[in-house]
This record gives sequence, structure tokens and C-alpha cells, in this order.
Amino acid sequence: MKLLDRFFAGDRAALSRVITLLENDRARRSDILDRLYPRSGKARRIGITGPPGSGKSTLADRLTARLLQHGRTVGIIAVDPTSPFTGGALLGDRLRMQGSWDDPRVFMRSLADRNHTGGLSEATPHAMTALDAFGTDVIIVETVGVGQSTLDVSDVSDTTVVLLTPESGDSIQAMKAGLMEIADVLVVNKSDREGADRFASELKMIVDMGRWEEGWKPSVLSASARDDTGIDDLYERLGAHGDYLAGEGRLQARRLRQGRSAIEKALAELWQGRLTALRESGDAMDRLSERVARRELTPLAAAREMMEEAAD
Amino acid sequence: MEQAIMAENIRVLVAKPGLDGHDRGAKVVAAALRDAGMEVIYTGLRQTPEMIVEAAVQEDVDVVALSVLSGAHMTIFPRVMELLRERGVQHMLLTGGGIIPTSDAEELAEIGVGKLFGPGTSTRDIIAYIKEEVGHRRVADEI
Ligand code: B12
Ligand SMILES: Nc1nc2c(ncn2[C@@H]2O[C@H](COP(=O)(O)OP(=O)(O)OP(=O)(O)O)[C@@H](O)[C@H]2O)c(=O)[nH]1
Ligand SMILES: [Mg+2]
Repeated sequence: MKLLDRFFAGDRAALSRVITLLENDRARRSDILDRLYPRSGKARRIGITGPPGSGKSTLADRLTARLLQHGRTVGIIAVDPTSPFTGGALLGDRLRMQGSWDDPRVFMRSLADRNHTGGLSEATPHAMTALDAFGTDVIIVETVGVGQSTLDVSDVSDTTVVLLTPESGDSIQAMKAGLMEIADVLVVNKSDREGADRFASELKMIVDMGRWEEGWKPSVLSASARDDTGIDDLYERLGAHGDYLAGEGRLQARRLRQGRSAIEKALAELWQGRLTALRESGDAMDRLSERVARRELTPLAAAREMMEEAAD
Repeated sequence: MEQAIMAENIRVLVAKPGLDGHDRGAKVVAAALRDAGMEVIYTGLRQTPEMIVEAAVQEDVDVVALSVLSGAHMTIFPRVMELLRERGVQHMLLTGGGIIPTSDAEELAEIGVGKLFGPGTSTRDIIAYIKEEVGHRRVADEI
């Protein structure tokens, strides 16, 4: 039986294989997505982001347990950083999700970001499409621990959960990194620790001062993923955000915006591919660099010429 | 160059089965494989054979690598091998290391288990072995 037939027959090993091909096999990626994309779009997508070690995986694990109690099937994608020096990666999120992935209603996949910036790997949206087309009810995506500009998660989620911890400076860091803008729900995790209440009220003040979309202001919840407290509140808020999105075509609007940004990324990828091919074919680069060296041509004019060739 | 591109995509599951708490070797090997450019999924301690194979399927790894210093290798490796076959993923390389007498390793090799590495092994040998094996185990899928 061919791979995609097995996939549509509900074979989990085939789902897993499909994700691998979406990650590795550029040549066949678009053929596979042609088959999967029309069958996707039904899953509820929840993004979880926050600083390294803030408890994203532990929280995802707890949340998954709630979703299972409510009869949902769950797909989890957890992204970890690739070393820019060796290309290797240690994918450790599964270690903190021992409570959930061993259930037949859960499928969990670790992805290395393969030096893609933005907090997700390039293939993450495709892997989500695969889980979605497979019939998964809820998809949880965990980003790499945020540094700067790791905001891609809001492009692939219906609801973005931003996790912070009472450790000093987190709120300032979060604001700098633009995290506050993408949060639909804010969670102060590790609230079992000293200073959590004060931190939560500081955060509430910041949220109150911000300008938010009509009808939804991100709530600030306190949780301890370790002790499994505050998770029911989170579950309830996620439900409320789902209801909010369902009203007045908001989900549709969000998906339109996400569609736009997905097209932009695909465009950049195609363009990049052409440029790489051009650069690697060598002759244009060799020919033009000589002329640039002889000062017959400016670098900008040379680049323009290469671009025109790439566009053909 | 060819080699480097290959290594980048090698995915390895490193797991500690059973109640065995000796995790230094597993961590050393996991770190070495990562530094060799592989993507290493570490599931930690106390994994049952069922959990190991389930994780291997979900992660679509090339290699299932077990660290066993407890003496339970003659039950764990055959069971994991059996489950890999049941799930139709017998193309995955099952390898590992720990305290495993040569005669046991030979017996396990007969049922399809790969090389097993003992104390004092250089991680370079492990890396070379995995790269070599994965090279001719990969399966091409018809979509
Ligand atoms: C350190 C150690 C401990 C530490 C472990 C700390 C830790 N967190 O890891 C502590 C003190 C906790 C401990 C406890 C025990 N230990 Co102890 N321990 C050792 C010791 C001295 C060294 C192990 C070690 O860390 N080596 C360093 C690492 C880097 O080497 P390694 O694990 O061998 O890994 C290398 C290779 O084996 C291989 N490899 C290993 N794993 C993998 C995985 C893959 C995928 C691959 C490819 C290769 C590979 O590559 C590695 C690099 O070369 C060994 C003796 C020895 N010389 O091996 C005994 C030894 C393993 N322990 C032993 C015993 C009996 C115990 C206890 C039961 C003792 C007791 N009665 O309480 C407890 C059990 C604890 C438990 N819950 O499991 C016995 C095991 C006997 C057996 N299997 O037949 C040994 C062999 C000692 C002996 N000679 O009797 N131990
Ligand atoms: N005290 C306390 N510790 C927690 C809590 N939640 C998680 N931890 C611990 O924090 C550490 C990191 O947790 P993870 O869930 O791995 O955090 P993460 O954000 O997924 O980490 P990365 O993926 O590496 O960025 C672990 O040791 C957890 O046990 C909590 O609510 N309270
Ligand atoms: Mg994590």
C-alpha cells in the first residue's frame, strides 16, 4: 500500500513517515501537501511559547491530559534548537511529557529547528497540516525557548499561550521580544515559587495598559505545571477564546491573515531556491564577480541581473 | 559534503529501559551523537519496551539506541525487536550499549540486533557505526 493510502487509513507509522518526508524531501513536499492541505483546517491549533525552561513541555503535558479527559485526540509538535555549529540537536521535550504521549489518542513529534529563525522549524506548519489532515482534534505546538523574534507561532495558532515565570526580568524581556502582542492567554507558570503573585499582578497592570482587539483582552492566569494547578483555568480560557473566535467571522479573519503570511513565506522559499540554484550553477556568479572586480559593474547592478535571470 | 548532509538528518532515539538508573553512559552517547550532527531524542529513564517502540514510531527515527547496565539486556532487546517488527518498522537499527557480555551480544545479533558497545568504547566508533548502518538501511517510500 502506498504511503498516503496508509496515512488516510489511519496508520500512525505512515503519519510519522509523512512528517519526515515533509521535513526532508523538498522535491516531494509539494505533491504530498497537495493531497493533505484540502483535508486540513478542522483542528483546533494551540501555540505555546515562552522562555527556555519556563515549563512549556510540562504544561503541554498537563493540558493534553485535560483534552483527553474531554474526549479529544491530541497532536503535539515540540521544536528545539539545532546547533548552528554541528547541525545536531538534542530533542528533550518528550522527557517532560511522559504523562501523555504514551496514549494511543496522542501523537507527539519532536522537531529540530534546523537553524530556521522564528521559533519553529520550516516544516512545522507542514507537520501541523499532516496532523490536521490525519483527523487530530487539537494540535499543540511548542516553540523553542524564545529569544528574540520567535513569533512565528502566532502565524500557525488559533490561540497563542505565552508562558512566563516569576523569575525577575521575564516580563520586561517578554515585552522586548514582542511576546505580549501575540499572547491570547498569559500564564504565570511555576506559581509555586516565591514572588509569583506579585509578578502576576504586575503583568495584569501591563496588560491593562495595552491596547487590545475589541472583545478580547488576554487574561493572566497563574499555574504550576509541576503541581498540576491552574490547568483547569487554562482549559476554560482556551474554550472561551475558541468561542470568541467562532463569533463574527474572527477565526476566518485570523486564517486569512495566516494564509497571507504563509504565502509570503512560500514565496520567499521559492525565490530563495531559485537564487541558490543560480548561485550554485556558478557561471552567473563567476562572470558577474569578475566584472564587479574590474569595476565595470556595480554589485547592485550585478545582483539585479542575477535576479532577472532567476525570475525566468 | 555528502556525508555531512546525511548526518544532519539522522534521527536517533536514546532510551534507558526498565529500572536501571545508570544514565551517565546514555547521556554521554546522546551528547556525542548530537555533536556529530544527529538529531537525538532522549526519553530518559524507566521506559518500557512498549514506550520505546511507540516513541520510535512517533519520531520516525533511524536508530533505536538503548543503554542497559542492569543485566536485563536479554529480555529487553528481544522484546523491543519483536515490537519493532509488529509495528512494521524493522528497518530501524536497534543498537545500544552498557554491561553486556560478548556471548550475549552474539546471541542478540542472531535475532537482528545491531552492534552493542561496552564500557570504554570511544564514541567515535559508535558514530562511525551508526552513519555506516543508516546509510544502507533507509527505505524509499512510494507516496
Ligand atoms: C557510576 C556507577 C553507578 C552510579 C550511577 C550514576 C549514574 N547516574 O549513572 C551509582 C552509584 C548510582 C550506581 C548504582 C548502582 N550500580 Co552501578 N556502576 C557504576 C559504574 C562504576 C560506572 C558506570 C558509568 O557511569 N560509567 C561511565 C559511562 C560513560 O560508561 P558506560 O555507561 O559503560 O557507557 C559506555 C558504554 O557502555 C557504551 N554505552 C552505554 N550506554 C550506551 C548506549 C548506547 C546507545 C550506545 C551506542 C553505547 C552505550 O558507551 C559508553 C561510552 O563508552 C559501573 C561499573 C563500570 N565500570 O561500568 C557500575 C555498575 C554498572 N553498577 C552495578 C550495580 C550492580 C549497581 C547497583 C545495583 C549497586 C547496588 N547494589 O546498589 C546500583 C543500581 C542503581 C540503579 N538504580 O540502577 C554493576 C552492574 C552489574 C551488572 N549489570 O551485571 C556495575 C557493572 C558494577 C559491577 N562491576 O558490579 N552505579
Ligand atoms: N517549580 C516548578 N518547576 C516547574 C514547573 N513547571 C515545570 N517545571 C520544571 O522546569 C523545568 C523545565 O520544564 P520544561 O517543561 O522542560 O520547560 P520548557 O519550557 O519546555 O523548556 P525548553 O523546551 O527547554 O525551553 C523542569 O525541570 C520542570 O520540572 C512548575 O510549575 N513549577
Ligand atoms: Mg520543552
